[in-house]
Amino acid sequence: MREMAFNPAPGASTPATANSETPMLLVRDVSFSAGGNRLLANVDIDIRRGSRTLIMGPNGAGKSLLLRLMHGLLQPETGAVLWQGGRLTPEACRAQAMVFQRPVLLRRSVMANLKFALSVRGLRGRERAEKIRAALADAGLEHLAKRPARVLSGGEQQRLSLVRALALEPELLFLDEPTASLDPASTAAIEQLVLEANERGVTIVLVTHDAGQAKRLGQDLVFLQDGTVAEIGSVETVLNSPKSEPVRAWRDGRIYLGPNTRSLKDFTGRSH
Amino acid sequence: MIRRAFLALAAIVFAGVFATQSSFAEDKFIVVQSTTSTQNSGLFDSLLPIFKDKTGIEVRVVAVGTGQAIKNAANGDGDVLFVHSKPSEEKFVADGLGVSRSDVMYNDFVIVGPADDPAGVAGSGNAVEALQKIAETKAPFASRGDDSGTHKAELRLWKAAGVDPSGASGDWYRETGSGMGATLNTGTGMGAYIMTDRATWIAFGNKGDYQIAVQGDDKMFNQYGVILVNPEAHPHVKAEMGQEFIDWLLSKDGQKAIADYKVDGQQLFFPNANKGNS
Amino acid sequence: MDSFWSALGGAFGLLVTLDPDLLEIIGLSMQVTLTAVLFACLIGLPLGAAVATFHFPGRSLVAVILNALMGLPPVVVGLLVYLMLSASGPLGVLRLLYTPTAMIIAQMVLVTPIVAALTRQVIEDLNREYAEQFASMGVGPIDRLTAMLWDARYSLLTVALAGFGRAVAEVGAVIIVGGNINHVTRVMTTTIALETSKGNLQLALALGVILLLIALAVNAAVMALRASAVRSAYA
Repeated sequence: MREMAFNPAPGASTPATANSETPMLLVRDVSFSAGGNRLLANVDIDIRRGSRTLIMGPNGAGKSLLLRLMHGLLQPETGAVLWQGGRLTPEACRAQAMVFQRPVLLRRSVMANLKFALSVRGLRGRERAEKIRAALADAGLEHLAKRPARVLSGGEQQRLSLVRALALEPELLFLDEPTASLDPASTAAIEQLVLEANERGVTIVLVTHDAGQAKRLGQDLVFLQDGTVAEIGSVETVLNSPKSEPVRAWRDGRIYLGPNTRSLKDFTGRSH
Repeated sequence: MIRRAFLALAAIVFAGVFATQSSFAEDKFIVVQSTTSTQNSGLFDSLLPIFKDKTGIEVRVVAVGTGQAIKNAANGDGDVLFVHSKPSEEKFVADGLGVSRSDVMYNDFVIVGPADDPAGVAGSGNAVEALQKIAETKAPFASRGDDSGTHKAELRLWKAAGVDPSGASGDWYRETGSGMGATLNTGTGMGAYIMTDRATWIAFGNKGDYQIAVQGDDKMFNQYGVILVNPEAHPHVKAEMGQEFIDWLLSKDGQKAIADYKVDGQQLFFPNANKGNS
Repeated sequence: MDSFWSALGGAFGLLVTLDPDLLEIIGLSMQVTLTAVLFACLIGLPLGAAVATFHFPGRSLVAVILNALMGLPPVVVGLLVYLMLSASGPLGVLRLLYTPTAMIIAQMVLVTPIVAALTRQVIEDLNREYAEQFASMGVGPIDRLTAMLWDARYSLLTVALAGFGRAVAEVGAVIIVGGNINHVTRVMTTTIALETSKGNLQLALALGVILLLIALAVNAAVMALRASAVRSAYA
């Protein structure tokens, strides 16, 4: 990915404008509805190259949905996601990778899972074997290479899922609550791998509920509430001295009931 | 281990495919469209090996009802037609689908019935009277109902008896729409009278308490004929080998082989090639 | 019941004596059925997987048709194949009527919808799990299909088994297109039909028991294979 890092994605419509000043990924006025419910409304976010951005917010705020829109798995209803100043084409999506909350592993061995991902990108022979070896070493899974991937522990599975994504050499890596169901040691291992990848130049966008993780990993923080951006800033600033009521409610462990409600009795339910 | 089992399975399947393909190397055969009575009675199992030893020609018999056999042959799906319904056979030749027709052999139809003989026809030698009695007493009667040679012969007898059984269909007259064997199985199961060719009846293995009730009527004569499918209508017909089979059936040797075939000491078919007309 | 037990005894008697005619009939049954199932899988697996995976106009219609075709009456299939292969039919020049190949074709027509419809269900479930991950990795359509077919291989074995069961037990279609010709197209089921029509019910039942034993052995073998796969978490 390093040699790719400063090449604009093929298909970017205005590569000439893509310089270091241009954010890698721009979310502009994005809205999304499903089943008549507005799940995201007028979201604006800038992702800088090489940055680490955390997305937080209560359940149903639209975090995972936003990630999928940024990754091109879903198309926004209105607004646009811009990649290096151009459209987010399928080719551009290949410069990104994603780790899901529940690792999706093929019903094959650990090694075959890596092999499949690399083969999809056209890698063969020694080059592929070398990358598989390196990924296994990064994940500390060499001794489990021939095991069926789905008998691994949850932590091992998520590490495999992460190194598989990194083996694709993405410029931008999305992670959707990757440590939500992991023990502290496994969580630390994942965070370590994410930080190392970022040091190599991979831009990180990560969804989490864990304030500690946010402080360990984050630079920027986007706080979502009910499909809109409640607050954007550095992790420290937003979490330590929140300016918005939703973040304060979240920090204090309260359910935010919206500006026009005062108690749970007034809460009539909101569709997520 | 799993992978190896997979490969083994695949190997077996491919071997099967290969074996299926290779079993068709031999081409010296003809297809004869014939009736269930000749097959079920075991006649062909006795005749064909003799013919093959003599000529090297393999005879493949498709045994269906006479009606279907004639249709199959009309479609060109056979080289020789060997059935028992003279009017239909003559029409087949007249339509230009067959070369010529020869009598081969005969046997006779019989009416079999349960031991308690509800219509009181046991021992009768008059098929017309017997059918009239069956109709009067409304004793169950199982008919082939399948346009076969036996079915056609049965309908001719009902006509001669002046009875139209179709009105009683589903009541005491039961049309199975099946082959002779299936109709015998069904009919004996419901205590019905059944008209069958004698050969099939003698060779039939599920008689229960059934006996021959009516036999010996001239009207129940059952003539078998053989026809070469016309190569002018269907150019792929193996006319030479087909004719060789027909010639052999009509020859002294063939006729003797037919007469020699016995089940439980009883002769099932009576050769009459010389008595036949064209 | 007497005849049932003596039929059972008769079945073992037939098996023990290894009657060469019986072995030939069993062998042809297996050849025809396994070949038909193999070709049905070659068509039905990709077809079912494609219907499960890809969105195209008329997709649900295809799924409904496949499900409906599972109930195709064998005699109808036999007639259709007969009309195609008859000397007067469009494929008559191939001279395939009354050959094992004709029987294979008929069984293939019967089994392919079963394989395709069941494959669609299996792959649809797997696709629900894999679709996002594959989209994220940018896996192309062909790679997606082959990957899912391979990953579902043990479930698909059961699918093939369902096709095998239907094919090996089928008589209506093969008797029409095969003609039940002794030593050429006579298989287990047509022999059973023939012996039944001869009134040899015990022999017919004995042959039925043998057919059942074969089906049992095939099923047991495949299920054992699948069980070992489940233990290693590949299924």
